[in-house]
Amino acid sequence: MPKSPKTSAPTAVADRSRLAVRKTYKLYVGGKFPRSESGRTYLVDGDNVALASRKDARDAVLAARAAQPKWAGATAYNRGQVLYRIAEMIEARRAEFVALGVAAAEVDAAIDRWVWYAGWSDKIAQVAGNANPVAGPFFNISAPEPTGVVGVVAPGSLLGLVSVIAPAVVTGNTVVVVASNPQAAITLAEVLATSDVPGGVVNILTGKGAEIAPWLASHDDVNALDLSGVDDPGLATDLERAAAGTLKRVLRPVSGVDYSGDPGTGPMTALLEIKTVWHPKGF
Amino acid sequence: MFEYAPAPESRSIVSLAPSYGLFIDGEFGEAKDTFKTINPADEEVLAEVALASPEDVDRAVAAARRAFTGWSALPGSERAKYLFRIARIIQERSRELAVLESLDNGKPIKESRDVDLPLVAAHFFYYAGWADKLRYAGFGSDPRPLGVAGQVIPWNFPLLMLAWKIAPALATGNTVVLKPAETTPLSALFFADVCRQADLPPGVVNIVTGAGDTGRYLVEHPDVNKVAFTGSTEVGRQIARSVAGTGKRLTLELGGKAANIVFDDAPIDQAVEGIVNGIFFNQGHVCCAGSRLLVQESIAEELLSSLRRRMATLRVGDPLDKNTDVGAINSRAQLDRIIELSEIGSTEGAERWSPPCDLPDRGFWFAPTIFTGVTQAHRIAREEIFGPVLSVLTFRTPAEAVEKANNTPYGLSAGIWSEKGSQILAVADKLRAGVIWANTFNKFDPTSPFGGYKESGYGREGGRHGLEAYLA
Repeated sequence: MPKSPKTSAPTAVADRSRLAVRKTYKLYVGGKFPRSESGRTYLVDGDNVALASRKDARDAVLAARAAQPKWAGATAYNRGQVLYRIAEMIEARRAEFVALGVAAAEVDAAIDRWVWYAGWSDKIAQVAGNANPVAGPFFNISAPEPTGVVGVVAPGSLLGLVSVIAPAVVTGNTVVVVASNPQAAITLAEVLATSDVPGGVVNILTGKGAEIAPWLASHDDVNALDLSGVDDPGLATDLERAAAGTLKRVLRPVSGVDYSGDPGTGPMTALLEIKTVWHPKGF
Repeated sequence: MFEYAPAPESRSIVSLAPSYGLFIDGEFGEAKDTFKTINPADEEVLAEVALASPEDVDRAVAAARRAFTGWSALPGSERAKYLFRIARIIQERSRELAVLESLDNGKPIKESRDVDLPLVAAHFFYYAGWADKLRYAGFGSDPRPLGVAGQVIPWNFPLLMLAWKIAPALATGNTVVLKPAETTPLSALFFADVCRQADLPPGVVNIVTGAGDTGRYLVEHPDVNKVAFTGSTEVGRQIARSVAGTGKRLTLELGGKAANIVFDDAPIDQAVEGIVNGIFFNQGHVCCAGSRLLVQESIAEELLSSLRRRMATLRVGDPLDKNTDVGAINSRAQLDRIIELSEIGSTEGAERWSPPCDLPDRGFWFAPTIFTGVTQAHRIAREEIFGPVLSVLTFRTPAEAVEKANNTPYGLSAGIWSEKGSQILAVADKLRAGVIWANTFNKFDPTSPFGGYKESGYGREGGRHGLEAYLA
């Protein structure tokens, strides 16, 4: 993603007599914006960005786990409205993303993607579940439920980032995202923080995937791992192997994904569990 | 109590050869090494079976690869007819296969005859019908098979697990190499004969018998596209590690430590039947067994006295006796594991009880056992025993029941006993398990997806959902 030089950021106002107030890019964990507990930052396009640590990853998993039951327990209608609200809030900050160097068309696509997923919240169970005609006097139904806490190594683009977060959270999962495009990712976090998304549902760590992801892959309280943003096949294999320790569901990276296309239901169903309930029928 | 006269099923319906080879490319062939399979009820050797070497597995995978081209190109309606044929042949030979299964596995004939074999035939019948309807299944307008499936199955329901693996694989156009468990290879070899009777094209189904090394070689084979495994969580982890980075598709159906929750408004007699069925069905060799009884404190005493009374009527013994409720433990190794964990249960302070029970002198046997006074910290409350051993815990509130039920890395199944519909549905929503039985337990059906949450594995077998694992 091309980044424009610092001087053209929207904070640099035309009136040269006033000094612009710059933004500090921090992490997004549990609905708050903490610095990395490690105190580390790294330089990205002129900004000192928080460099997340192992401890930050663990804190984020705690926040995601704490938020998960309530988010999954919200009605599908409610989750859909929250996702739609995210679209509204990005729309309002459209210029800010463009100023960060994201193509206007990509911002629009990212907004539309939230709208698309918002509509899925109360439909996916009807598409992914069904009644089962068992050979006996039983009521039997299969319905999807969220897997739980998902660790995500996100692709670099804004649309890619949205395309991995939205399908996870729309069904009631909570996520810990390692983002490689810190300014856009944290700006998205600011959108989420003002969109009625409960704290902890989306947690965003800026930093190095190769440093943070292994802790998510081996974490006992992470249920699934999305490796969409891992470009190094060796690292992807190591992470997949680490994830086997607790039998996490793993979404393997597919090279050359075109995020502008129709995502289909796959990104959602990969992070769902099918629960089947039996009950006898009778007088 | 009534006394029961012996009512043995005749074993003459099964004609066992002294030795069996590997079934590769439609032919039975010799292998360099062999091993013996025994009847766990009397330790008598049933037959010698080939121990597949890496070269044998290579040949089987190559045969499956060659067969894939033709099999996947067949119209679905033709594949369907092969599967319908197989289902019919299984129905025709079901008595023979039931006796064989009880001989090799040790399970009561009542169960192999009335549960395993009907479900095996039904499973093939169900997936046969899908073969020409895949584009309606919700997995895309032109779903494609993956290629060669390497499948490894356990010893607790040998032929049923084979059906769960092979039926959806063939219906979707894949070919298979299947490895049955070391202690129960025979029904898979008889199934090979069923395939021959059905004129199934050579190489579509290949059976390689052996032990862990054979299975490991199969799942790690570079020309296998899809791995399906049912067995222990530990082996599941190893397989997931070995598959990492290969791009192979993987489904795992692993261990469990299911909670069977009985609320104070449950009908006691029905709940007791459900508890007994939950833990003593198939000697407790069931990954979804209701091995943790969570009973509401106010009815614990009444329920447990009723349960003990019921357990005293369980008939343990000859698997081929039609009155037998609990058969033989499948192997010496499994018996040792059950004994070890039960001794740990006592050592850790739980109270052990079994009904008076005469066990045969030869073979592998374990009396139905319950432990009371079990806490969540006890190993018998945390680890899968895979035997007829029930751990009893109590709770006071529904929230506590849910908390305790979910306090396990496993998530395969759970049971709820209550007369209050709203309570059943609320608790069912909160249990983190793939199959929830409410006011029933251990029910299975080919249309009903089965599989776990968390460390009980991933993917579903059965139903429409069961197709997904075999489609691209």
